[in-house]
Amino acid sequence: MDIIIEGIKQAFILLFSLDPEVLGITWLSLKVSGTATLISLLFGVSVGTVVALTQFPGRRIVVSLINTGMGLPPVVVGLFVTIFLWRNGPLGFMEILYTPAAIIIAQAVIATPIVMGISLAAIQNLPANLRLQILALGATRLQMVWILVKEARLPLLAAIMAGFGGVISEVGASIMVGGNIKGYTRVLTTATVMETSKGNFDIAMALGIILLLLAFFVNAVLTHIQQTERPR
Amino acid sequence: MALIISVMSVAIYALPAIAAQPQQKNIILATTTSTQDSGLLDILLPIFETKTGYFVKTIAVGSGQAMAMGQKGEADVLLVHSPEAEKKFMAEVYGVNRRLVMHNDYIIAGPKTDPAGIKGSVSSIEAFKKIAAANAVFMSRGDNSGTNAKEKAIWKAAGINPEGQKWYQQTGLGMGQTLNVAAEKKAYTLADRGTYLALKKNLGLDILAEGDAVLLNIYHVIEVNPAKWPKVNSGGAKAFADFMVSRQTQDIIREFGVEKYGSPLFFPDAGKKEEALGK
Repeated sequence: MDIIIEGIKQAFILLFSLDPEVLGITWLSLKVSGTATLISLLFGVSVGTVVALTQFPGRRIVVSLINTGMGLPPVVVGLFVTIFLWRNGPLGFMEILYTPAAIIIAQAVIATPIVMGISLAAIQNLPANLRLQILALGATRLQMVWILVKEARLPLLAAIMAGFGGVISEVGASIMVGGNIKGYTRVLTTATVMETSKGNFDIAMALGIILLLLAFFVNAVLTHIQQTERPR
Repeated sequence: MALIISVMSVAIYALPAIAAQPQQKNIILATTTSTQDSGLLDILLPIFETKTGYFVKTIAVGSGQAMAMGQKGEADVLLVHSPEAEKKFMAEVYGVNRRLVMHNDYIIAGPKTDPAGIKGSVSSIEAFKKIAAANAVFMSRGDNSGTNAKEKAIWKAAGINPEGQKWYQQTGLGMGQTLNVAAEKKAYTLADRGTYLALKKNLGLDILAEGDAVLLNIYHVIEVNPAKWPKVNSGGAKAFADFMVSRQTQDIIREFGVEKYGSPLFFPDAGKKEEALGK
């Protein structure tokens, strides 16, 4: 029980004393996972929308693959990204293993199928007549897609939250491709793992609480957007 | 919606900024968990970095994995403690210029109740035999780390094959986590003294056997052979290795931990012969 109280106390001390190292770690987590989510949005929403609106042979297999990808294990992604980014690996010339950019890539790979799967379901769930109606009113195809995406805003924001939640809390890939380097690639989750193995349970708990607060803050902002801008 | 877009654009502008680290100045140091978990590197690296301008990327893994990274040219310099495996690594010319840095020792930690009655055993081989005879739970790292290699060597010397025994469990984790698991399960384990001392306050495990010459834990620095892997930063590796054996660093190692734990965690050995240690 002591350790729990001590952990909560430590979390507030670390937060309110504005400890530069903890702030740096928190900011990096937000930056890395935010960027990864953004990239996943680009690919996820576009591909998800296309797959939702088109018919082609093998579509079911593609959808199954996307849905399987939603449960992609971070460590497996970490392993593959590491092997690709090795100096002597296929993408070694980029020299980005053990950099924040490497974490962004791995997290984007993890988040993309999540965003894609939810967007696909969201767009496909819109009434089919709506599409005909929009087209009948003289909209171009691109305008139609834009209106559909706007219509599906509620579930799409849920997709962002799921994607961001998946990567901000992920540790396996971040530690493998980032290396948990102090002041450079150390994010909240990898720092928590390290402090735990150092036996600093109070600091580990404090970092965990900061992670939860961060996730809460980001989701609160997204939820605010989701719930206030109702579809007209 | 405008808020999302502004958050996104901030993130986009931030990306090149974090990727902009100069590359040739980077050194990848593959090392064991004990040098990181004990806090030694946190003291040494900033000194090295301000002095030389290099940026050290520390990848803290077991010695086995560290050497595997060296073998593939994915690290520039190694700081490891698995002498037998290191000799093989050198014989296969994956590394150059292997130099002695420091040592500490391993201890056999276990529950205060000491169900196998090993307390005070001078010979670690005897202690291991007693643990096996009592079927007392032993927690192994099981990860090819230096500690794991040492532990397997002691089992071998004791003529026991613990693999597959019910009382022999493997965590596959680092030293700190393995000590925590051992504490929870009231199990014995072999640990380096540095990590044990660093974690002692929350553990509830005692040192039950220590002082055997077999339990010496020796750290070497090895530069990865640039002839095998041209992408290795050999200049940086040499600078780091030289730094580790420099007088200033050796003095810091000698003092490290004295204030906090009452005794040093590592003993500096630069320039000594490996065979002369522990005598």
